[in-house]
Amino acid sequence: MSLLSYTLRRLLHAIPLLLAVAVLNFCLIAAAPGDPVTALIGDFPAPAEYVAKMRQDYGLDQPLPVRLGRYLQHLASLDLGYSFANRMPVSTLVAARLGATLKLTGTALAVAAVLGVALGLLAARLGGWVDRLVRFGATLSYAMPEFWLGQLLILAFAIGLGWLPSQGAAPLRGAAAGWAGFVEGLRYLLLPASALALRYLALIARITRARAVEVLRADYVLAARARGASETRVLLDHVLRNAAPSVITVIGYNAGLLLAGSALTETVFGWPGIGRLLFDSIAARDTPTMLAILLMVSASVVIANLLTDVLHRLLDRRVA
Amino acid sequence: MRPPLLALLMLLLCAILAPWIIPGDPLAGSADALLAPLQSGHTLGTDDLGRDMLAMLLHGSRVSLMVGLASSACALLVGVLAGAVAGWHGGWVDALVMRIAEFFQTLPRFVLALIVIALAGPGIGKVIIVIAVLAWPQTARVVRAEIGALRQAAFVDAARLAGMPDWLIVLREVLPQIAGPVLVLAALDVATAILLEAGLGFFGLGDPNLASWGAMLNQAQQYLRAAWWMSMFPGLAIGLTVLLFNLLGDAVAQHLDPRGR
Repeated sequence: MSLLSYTLRRLLHAIPLLLAVAVLNFCLIAAAPGDPVTALIGDFPAPAEYVAKMRQDYGLDQPLPVRLGRYLQHLASLDLGYSFANRMPVSTLVAARLGATLKLTGTALAVAAVLGVALGLLAARLGGWVDRLVRFGATLSYAMPEFWLGQLLILAFAIGLGWLPSQGAAPLRGAAAGWAGFVEGLRYLLLPASALALRYLALIARITRARAVEVLRADYVLAARARGASETRVLLDHVLRNAAPSVITVIGYNAGLLLAGSALTETVFGWPGIGRLLFDSIAARDTPTMLAILLMVSASVVIANLLTDVLHRLLDRRVA
Repeated sequence: MRPPLLALLMLLLCAILAPWIIPGDPLAGSADALLAPLQSGHTLGTDDLGRDMLAMLLHGSRVSLMVGLASSACALLVGVLAGAVAGWHGGWVDALVMRIAEFFQTLPRFVLALIVIALAGPGIGKVIIVIAVLAWPQTARVVRAEIGALRQAAFVDAARLAGMPDWLIVLREVLPQIAGPVLVLAALDVATAILLEAGLGFFGLGDPNLASWGAMLNQAQQYLRAAWWMSMFPGLAIGLTVLLFNLLGDAVAQHLDPRGR
């Protein structure tokens, strides 16, 4: 089967999953106790006609199937609904926060992937105390909740040593222009990205090491060495290439870990992203925003899995 | 397998005996706010409301272990049942169960748990159910794969010839064969559940009437500058407990397959 038809088949597989997620989201919110109109009005003694008018305005007086149909219809046109608490469309709210989250998760993903693969290869190749150290470190790191690690980093580098800022993504007085602003941004990014990356890094290092140890035992590695290939060649051409499909699978299938971690990390560091928005929307009982974020995160996971499968197929032609 | 198991048994004992080791309500405040560790009889210091950190930690272990063990047990039960039915029956039942499992695996666990608890209100029972509902597919997959492979085995045919009904064959002959990998998953599930529960507590969604490690870290966030110990000890407790369950899982796995790793 060609790569194209494989990709199409995976895509067809993903669509019902996405639809099911959307329906589940809707059911969850519809079944939840509490009422957005009551939450919006609060304790204010509003007249009954006013409440009824509000329900009508927001379409809350319609039967559930109608609301579900309308919800799916809106989703199809990328309309994520209206945030009662913030009095603006959810898509506007989310769009304003998306950049910050992408910056944080993207950095963490890159750091975790590069360092994780490097440490895993190093441990497998060198063995001995390096191997033991990497394995010990990975086991330890994987058990650490990222929000606690975030607090520890703040305690050490922001409060103790005073080297780095502890809250936000940019100085309150506004970011500087050009190169200085970029460096400034990196200073704000360093701690949250490290806190977010560590558990993911541990996972990647472990799988890379495990696969690399297997590959290093293979006959073709012995053959390559016998032909006089340098160790760098062996590691890059043979070990990395044969370990890559497994490593990519672990990276892609744990994208949810990174997104969940991002919600916690953003809360610790006051990072103005989607995670922080989720925290605020939970506090404000802002269900449309919660619903939109859950849908976005689920969709990201489905897409990440899809990309992983395609990439895996690209790297390992044996997958049917 | 021994050291992590022993440590966990100790921890479990402490959690069970907490009301006798340090009696009284750990959440009752006092005037001794923000005392550093080892000051006036408070080994691990006090928090912003003058509550003893050690007492809160000890009582908090009950919530963490309870949620971890109970949700993992529920997930184990559902996962084994679903996986056994799918693997044994095959055909459309298998396809259906696996499709449902895949759907649940797609859902982002933490974010969904967060929203469900935010909407349904806090409560240990709810947290356990939500975590279990999101954790069973992994177990189901493993059980299904192993049972599918054993379905044609000679000892299964022998049991069938002896007149054993199918459900009894699965229960008595097949399931004991695959207990190992399932136990490994169960141990890892406990660790994941404890992390998840701590995350919920950190988001302020824990039971307000119970001491919990996640909630302690939530409170520590505002006092990082004044009281490092409020963050240090609950975090250590979570990390250590999760580490022990992970190590237990690894140890069982290694015991089952000494050649691996």
